[in-house]
Amino acid sequence: MNQRRVELTLTVNGQRHEVAVEPRKTLADTLREDCGLTGTHLGCEHGVCGACTVLVDDEPVRSCLMFAVQCGGQAIRTVEGLADGERLHPIQQAFWEHHGLQCGFCTPGFLMLATSVLESRPDIGDEELREVLASNLCRCTGYQNIITSVHAARDQMRS
Amino acid sequence: MKPAAFEYHAPRTLEEALGLLHEHQDEAKVLAGGQSLVPAMNFRLARPSVLVDIAHLPDLDRIEATEPGSVTVGARVRHLDLEHNTIGGPLGSLFALTGRWVGHYPIRVRGTFGGSLAHADPAAEWCALACALDAEIHCRSASGSRSVGAGDFFEQMAFTTCLEPDELLVGVRLPELSDSCGVGMAEFARRWGDFAIVLAVTAVERDGDSIAGARIALGGVAGGPVRASNAEAALAGRPATAGTVAAAAAAAAEEVDPTGDIHGSADYRRDLVRAMVTRALDQALK
Repeated sequence: MNQRRVELTLTVNGQRHEVAVEPRKTLADTLREDCGLTGTHLGCEHGVCGACTVLVDDEPVRSCLMFAVQCGGQAIRTVEGLADGERLHPIQQAFWEHHGLQCGFCTPGFLMLATSVLESRPDIGDEELREVLASNLCRCTGYQNIITSVHAARDQMRS
Repeated sequence: MKPAAFEYHAPRTLEEALGLLHEHQDEAKVLAGGQSLVPAMNFRLARPSVLVDIAHLPDLDRIEATEPGSVTVGARVRHLDLEHNTIGGPLGSLFALTGRWVGHYPIRVRGTFGGSLAHADPAAEWCALACALDAEIHCRSASGSRSVGAGDFFEQMAFTTCLEPDELLVGVRLPELSDSCGVGMAEFARRWGDFAIVLAVTAVERDGDSIAGARIALGGVAGGPVRASNAEAALAGRPATAGTVAAAAAAAAEEVDPTGDIHGSADYRRDLVRAMVTRALDQALK
């Protein structure tokens, strides 16, 4: 069995990372272990919980269901890329202000999912937003405040 | 929760991809969106020793009107692209209606139409749609090509199709639906985005106040998608009334033979068939 590592360049939050990974290594594990970006969390590892959601070419993907070798040449964004220095991204600020997190485990996934949908569809309605947010699981069951936070971020980002 | 080791290939041409499948036969698996294959690999339910990633093959990501009266959907067209298609007409509406039921939004960003058909989950929305519309499934291999009707493509055993190990599903031809055709799709799942327990896809041809003909396919009631032909017969030539819909829904519930599992008993599924067929037909006749 060939377990040779493959050398590739990943562009994460605008920075280039030269990594050498086995083809079977998921994007999630590569981000955490090879790029040192542990903000991306791994929950279920089979595409159900959404904790590992990152953006690939600005679209939300579950990074436990993608291999790093599939991602060469694409722009990857993780939770580490949201804030501008000390200044939080509007979505982070909204989660802070509206208690959108309890234990915080699901938060990076929700932040990236919400960021992607608010960037691509700033006028998305409440009902559809609810459907989108149903993609991810919060083990604290704090959904109501997550929804409130994303609504607040949507209004903030639009204004 | 880590996949077994595999050799990774990302061919740039169809010929190269087919050559790899020919060389490795059932040791190889095709990787498209990976939204079903990768979970199975993470659980090691699937342990392919070779992955052939079709992400870079040209032309497989198009929705095209290749000939009058039909639309060909490339194997790598994503769920999201079908949900937001620009085909228009009843077929475009049916894609949009059905697409939003496929998994969750991030799944629809990656998952593909061809992948769904090749995976052949008995509760998959696109498999039922292909079955309802008698889709023609185009398969290529190093030694040639063939087209298989949806009725023959899906075996009545879960996750089983007639695709040979060295064959690649390259596209699916679907008939355009006439403007007098109404479409409907209904699904029941416990949570938004979950796999369907039962789903129904319908296309109903109207003739004034009556029904000229109807297509109904069901998911979640057998090893593969099935047509509710008795229900279709109960609609043809009948007035488009609530009574006709109720009779067709009852016929559909009667003709299926579901098995019970942890998600619902056989009787429960049968009752869901009646409810989903009613909802889908109501939508199609609106």
